[in-house]
Amino acid sequence: MTAKHSRRRLGFRPHIWLQRHAQVALSSLGRLARLPFSTLMTSSVIGIALALPMGLHLLLSNLQQVTGGWETGATISLFLKQAVSDQQAGELADSLRQHQRIESVELISKASALKEFRRLSGFGEALQALDSNPLPALLVIQPKIAFSTPESAEALVKELERLAEADIVQLDLQWVRRLQAITRIAQRGVLVLASLLGLAVLLIIGNTIRLEIQHRHAEIEITKLIGATNAFIRRPFLYTGFWYGLFGGIIAWLMVASSIGLLSGPIANLASLYQSGFGLNSLEPGTALILLSGSAGLGLCGSWLAVSRHLSAIQPS
Amino acid sequence: MIHFDNVSKRYPGGHTGLSNVSLRVEAEEMVFLTGHSGAGKSTLLKLIGLLERSSGGQVHVNGRNLTRLKNRQIPYHRREVGMIFQDHRLLHDRTVFDNVALPLVVAGMGHKEVGRRVRAALDKVGLLNKEKEAPITLSGGEQQRVGIARAVVSKPPLVLADEPTGNLDPALSREIMELFSDFNRVGVTLLIATHDIDLVTRMGRRILTLSKGQLVGDNQWAA
Repeated sequence: MTAKHSRRRLGFRPHIWLQRHAQVALSSLGRLARLPFSTLMTSSVIGIALALPMGLHLLLSNLQQVTGGWETGATISLFLKQAVSDQQAGELADSLRQHQRIESVELISKASALKEFRRLSGFGEALQALDSNPLPALLVIQPKIAFSTPESAEALVKELERLAEADIVQLDLQWVRRLQAITRIAQRGVLVLASLLGLAVLLIIGNTIRLEIQHRHAEIEITKLIGATNAFIRRPFLYTGFWYGLFGGIIAWLMVASSIGLLSGPIANLASLYQSGFGLNSLEPGTALILLSGSAGLGLCGSWLAVSRHLSAIQPS
Repeated sequence: MIHFDNVSKRYPGGHTGLSNVSLRVEAEEMVFLTGHSGAGKSTLLKLIGLLERSSGGQVHVNGRNLTRLKNRQIPYHRREVGMIFQDHRLLHDRTVFDNVALPLVVAGMGHKEVGRRVRAALDKVGLLNKEKEAPITLSGGEQQRVGIARAVVSKPPLVLADEPTGNLDPALSREIMELFSDFNRVGVTLLIATHDIDLVTRMGRRILTLSKGQLVGDNQWAA
């Protein structure tokens, strides 16, 4: 053991750095595994805090999926004046088919309208008493997909209203827009809730790490005495925070997935009663990845806050 | 190796740890530091290991001006100073091997070299067969030797010891001192604080004596 060789400062060696990180990651994982109950408790609290906004977000995106279908299916009913004959109506339909914003036009002639009315309304007898057909011809207009947003559909309605043959033009989108507005408020609400609960997760992890630092006070002191840098001492705590966050995220994922599993049966049942093939969407892999990386990131941030606040206070004496 | 120039240390509240101490310890020396408790022995060692900073004067260690050393450079300084404590300061949730390996792991040394060096250090202090044990199962003398192995495993040029034999019986103390002499023989500079005058005089080394924070004696004793 000669003193002469010890001056050689060890340079940065990437493979040892990586080896060290892997080792710290595993040992902090092992430390958590040795206290399974408290680890599970902390992770579950984090999981519940994350599952709530995640579940609401999923509910909203499902709701949007349902209403989104209605919005793009916007059709315009153009009732023609009583004086317009079926032949004139057919000519108008043909000319509208050339319109650049219109996908298709379905003509319901006076005669076919009457036939349908007779069949469905049950007023067939009463109608026979009339000497002329009181029903107007109807053009059911489907705008092109690119022009089916509420705004451009309404512009098209205005244009159609100016036609000489037009009597009433109907576009019933008002309630869809209201629903959209409500959905947007709900989305904002979920965002606020998610931020608050995210903050709560940050504090939970910060506090857990703070306790851990207190618990390992002597160890930190001794490691500092031996020449450990702050980065070296910080590392295991950062990994612990990371693991807590990740476990919390996984628990949140499981909670949301199992809730969906529980709900999907009854909802499919309800949807089939409405002749809809709608099924509850589960968490997409992309969203799940965002959830997991977000929760792990929160864990990292929470422990960083705790570590930077409490570690410098521990100095060897 | 160590150079104190008019160094003072005052603590908040007015207590004086050291006042105007000037001294020089050359490389490869083995020096004892004696004095009553509260005379400033620990303070002097803490200033060298940068556990505390001086209030006045200049401290140079191993060619480095500690007064100007930035906080983030402290860890690198401590890696070149092995420290041994009366209460050993071992990590009780780790094995003897892991305790001794700590300075090497902290310095970023590779796995294989760590194993080789730790075993060499444990062999030197005669505890090679206890590497897998927990420190708590060892006797006081053995625990101190683990502390010594940890202090020298990274081959620092300077080793400080604060009352290393404080809790040991005379025979064990003598053994520890022999160990220190062995290290000194291969070129390690040692500064050992102790109040055990009998032991120190028998070693026949240079002795610095502190009293009330001042250096009052610097004697070379013949063995």
